[in-house]
Amino acid sequence: MARLVLQRLALLIPTLFGLSILLFLWVRALPGGPATALLGERATPEAVERLNRLYGFDQPLHEQYVRWLGQLLQGNFGVSSRTRLPVLEEFLNRFPATIELTILALVIAVGVGIPLGYVAARYRGRFLDHGTVVASLIGVTIPVFFLAFLLKYLFAVQLGWFPSAGRQSPAMIATHPTGFYVLDGLLTREWDAAWDALLHLVLPALALGSIPLAIIARITRASVIEVQSADYVRTAKAKGLKAPRLRRRVVLRNAMLPVATTIGLQVGLLLSGAVLTETVFAFNGIGSFLADAVFDLDYAVLQGFILFIAVVYALANLAVDISYGIIDPRMRARR
Amino acid sequence: MTDPTSAAAGPTGVALPTGTGTPTTDAPRGGPRRGAQDEGASIWRVALRRLRRNPGAIIGAVIVLLFVLVALLAPVLAPYAEGALPGRAEIRPTFIPGPSDDYLLGLDRYGGDLLSKLIWGARASLLVGVLSTLLGLLGGALLGLLAGAFGGWVDTATMRLVDLMLSVPSLLLAVSVAAVIGQSPTAVVIAIGVVQVPIFARLLRGTMLAERGQDYVLAARSLGLSRRTVTMSHVLPNSLGPVIVQATLMLATAVIEAAALSFLGLGGGSPTTAEWGRMLTAAQNELEVAPRLALWPGFCIAVTALGFTLFGEALREALDPRTRGR
Repeated sequence: MARLVLQRLALLIPTLFGLSILLFLWVRALPGGPATALLGERATPEAVERLNRLYGFDQPLHEQYVRWLGQLLQGNFGVSSRTRLPVLEEFLNRFPATIELTILALVIAVGVGIPLGYVAARYRGRFLDHGTVVASLIGVTIPVFFLAFLLKYLFAVQLGWFPSAGRQSPAMIATHPTGFYVLDGLLTREWDAAWDALLHLVLPALALGSIPLAIIARITRASVIEVQSADYVRTAKAKGLKAPRLRRRVVLRNAMLPVATTIGLQVGLLLSGAVLTETVFAFNGIGSFLADAVFDLDYAVLQGFILFIAVVYALANLAVDISYGIIDPRMRARR
Repeated sequence: MTDPTSAAAGPTGVALPTGTGTPTTDAPRGGPRRGAQDEGASIWRVALRRLRRNPGAIIGAVIVLLFVLVALLAPVLAPYAEGALPGRAEIRPTFIPGPSDDYLLGLDRYGGDLLSKLIWGARASLLVGVLSTLLGLLGGALLGLLAGAFGGWVDTATMRLVDLMLSVPSLLLAVSVAAVIGQSPTAVVIAIGVVQVPIFARLLRGTMLAERGQDYVLAARSLGLSRRTVTMSHVLPNSLGPVIVQATLMLATAVIEAAALSFLGLGGGSPTTAEWGRMLTAAQNELEVAPRLALWPGFCIAVTALGFTLFGEALREALDPRTRGR
């Protein structure tokens, strides 16, 4: 298992290397070039020229790239042209918010999606099954930002059950040692702060989790239906395995393999969706910051954040591959 | 949606496994068939027959047709011209007139007729959806064809590029592309098209590789046909089924993603622009005064995406030889 993890981590290096070349060229392709990226759109020609000389942007491309890569490796991702803070710092400040949000969204998607798909498969062809199929189809086609709107309108504006924006109430005074607000509240025993932060998470997480939920439910249903009719299930039944044990140990476990793949694929969806959901709920995570960076043409932030997100995405997929080994012992032997 | 390293997924939406069926032109094999009518019929004729029996396909086709008709006939159907603000005089800071005889769905904040804007918006969505999918299809076909036809290092290089593009979640890729081009509808088309390129490229390469191993290709080669002839007139046509299915599903994703990019403001335009995503952005501030301004455009996006998804999935089933005859 350790070898698998190391192998996969090693494979990550060429990907990131290639991506860094693309991102490097991308900023070089901008109208105005990298100086504009650093100084912002409103830079004077003199400032651009000074900066070009200072940073060696007048030198050959490959030399520039090597220098830039060297800086990245030392953790220097540049400075946000908007906030004037280091990109790495901006990312680390906001990352916990997005992680909190995506984890809760994933918990909702997996926690509801798998049981729903499983129950639909067991009662195949009945009302519950048809309902699940239709609901998951709608879940797949409804735009996440529209769903965020609906939830916000219904539960925040109309019913007032949940706050409509932000990560915590403006009046709340809380300390944040980790940046994960719910966790912070629990650690510092500020229960009201933890509860407040959780309430702020519910609606965005529901919106963000809806599409993964629909997809997971669909895949679980299809997978369980397929496994239920497999020969080994019939054999197990014939050998007298009791129904609950059969369902738990044989059907569910075998059906989970494609579901695990699907869950891994949802991480990209969640990170993309976070840009939209965070924007609707004014949730101060990497998504909304990235959306703002697009408008301010804050290229250092775009470059850095996209690289970070690619790493997170790749690590999430690695986690999925590892989970195969846990779900299916055959996978362990094969590697 | 997404992003999937191998499956197609939209950030905002539709993530579906890509078509797996590799249809062949010979008569359907195996499985209990519904009579001899399938015998010798072309794959497309069989598919059409199967589509007509599938309620999902019919609902999807009706939605798609309605959407296309509304988009094409917008100048006839819309009560007011594009960008017109007929009710400007009736807007008050705290009051936006609702549905009336003059304005069937009411007005928006700037005095535009909501119904007219929705109809013109259909046109914008169709245009962006079709153009970007065409762009993605052409780009992907070119790359996929290159990789699938030549193999070797061309294949490796192309697929590495595809992997790289898929290593960034799709909406983020679209956002970065649009950021370079600037804020305009063209930027949205190009951004969504670029995101689709790797998905089509991988799909086409995969199906072409599978087809290349088929007996009929060997037969054509042994008859002395050149590699180009075999690729263009035998392998390619037989690889198209999954690509067409994917394109239909991609239209759903494209409509949603176009709205998402416009919603983020990358489509340019002003709050009065008749584009569904842009209308949702503008409606954000009016949620308490006039929620219908958000509900209608959102509903239109969802229904359109639903139509393309239903039809695309039905088409995939219909073209899949493994489920043929069921």
